[in-house]
Amino acid sequence: MADSYYDPADLRKFGKITEWSEELGTKFFDYYGKVFEEGALSAREKSLIALAVAHVVKCPYCIDAYTKDGLQRGITKEEMMEAVHAGAAIESGATLVHGVQMMNKYNKLSM
Amino acid sequence: MATKSLKARDEALVMGNKQMEILNGGIFEEGELPYFKDKIAQIGQFPLRPKKLEILQINVGYMCNQVCEHCHVDAGPDRKEIMTRETMEQCLEVIRNTGAHTLDLTGGAPEMNPDFRWFVEEAAKAGVKDFIVRSNLTIIRANKKYYDLPQFFKKHNIHVISSMPHYTRGKTDKQRGEGVFDKSIKALQELNAVGYGMPGSSLRLDLVYNPSGAFLPGDQSALERDFKKALIEDFEIQFHNLFAITNLPIARFLDYLIASDNYEDYMYSLVEAYNPSAVANVMCTNTISVSWDGWLYDCDFNQMLGLKVASKIKHIKDYNEDVLNDRNIIVSQHCYGCTAGAGSSCQGSVT
Repeated sequence: MADSYYDPADLRKFGKITEWSEELGTKFFDYYGKVFEEGALSAREKSLIALAVAHVVKCPYCIDAYTKDGLQRGITKEEMMEAVHAGAAIESGATLVHGVQMMNKYNKLSM
Repeated sequence: MATKSLKARDEALVMGNKQMEILNGGIFEEGELPYFKDKIAQIGQFPLRPKKLEILQINVGYMCNQVCEHCHVDAGPDRKEIMTRETMEQCLEVIRNTGAHTLDLTGGAPEMNPDFRWFVEEAAKAGVKDFIVRSNLTIIRANKKYYDLPQFFKKHNIHVISSMPHYTRGKTDKQRGEGVFDKSIKALQELNAVGYGMPGSSLRLDLVYNPSGAFLPGDQSALERDFKKALIEDFEIQFHNLFAITNLPIARFLDYLIASDNYEDYMYSLVEAYNPSAVANVMCTNTISVSWDGWLYDCDFNQMLGLKVASKIKHIKDYNEDVLNDRNIIVSQHCYGCTAGAGSSCQGSVT
């Protein structure tokens, strides 16, 4: 066992999850592959969305994977950072919009 | 940014056998990743054999005005290996009689060979169908004596293939050196001005993209679309095709991979991206590479690793196409670079 929860080398072993549940693993990877194909959105646009989400869900594997994927697609570092900010803005907005709930509750409880 | 070749820096990696030790050892020797020969044996392609010869690629010398960080040739201003007129004469004899339809001149910066223009003039007389010169673009702006290269290329109907790592200044200059981007843009505009790269023009101008770091090139057609859009919008530059070429772990790129602790991950990426359908069309199956001193190789990469063809015929002076074509191609782990994803060759992807 590694002495840390995250090991960069584990990303290469991602495909192995199928070994313990072949049907679900295979379905997942088929779905995953299909999602990132060219569609109504370009594969390039989807790569940037994935990078933003990777940061929001704070997945170090996904951040490594989609930084590299972006480089391969010729995406610039400025584009990548803007995508991260888009994710971060939604994440902080999601926190802040709860401020309305706090305000509602405060008002309800106050005379 | 490198300013000297590995050779001038006296680095151990200059030696092809040192590089072969790295490529055959480590994660491959330990069985973590499969050897290339075992991988292609699974689809009945080992030993890898040539098909009909189509491309004669001649490296006229390792001298270059640039010192690109990824260069597998380890080219630079300090390299003295230059093809002599005598070897060029031997090449011309072959060019006149070959069954190959494409002649591909590379380097270094081929234009820096003092006999370059004479060689092009003589070779053009042989009437090859596609006569390529791989020009790094900045050479056209490097010195007054090169300013007329676009006209010279046009006069001999040369197919110009030029490297352009990115359509942004930052990425280009980081890989190739300060000022490379602006000079390349100017050179492309000059090539456009004489008719190169224009829609419908028979003066072919193609660009080569190779990644500026430890990652693989993305989809060639998507990159071509992005390059075309950016270059026309920002600089009114046009070109025909973009070739996406994978960096092979050789010479300066290998040195970079090791120094930046990216070597193992990069080899994993290459092996993971192995595409069996690319194997049948790798360029060593239809190309012969000739070095500045006339030795023959399966490809420019094997040339840099010092792996001469496994044939009785090893030198241009003894050239015999039929004998040469009856040989086994020498493969090693660097070959994964040509079979990754859509495959990679000097003409871009192969699938």
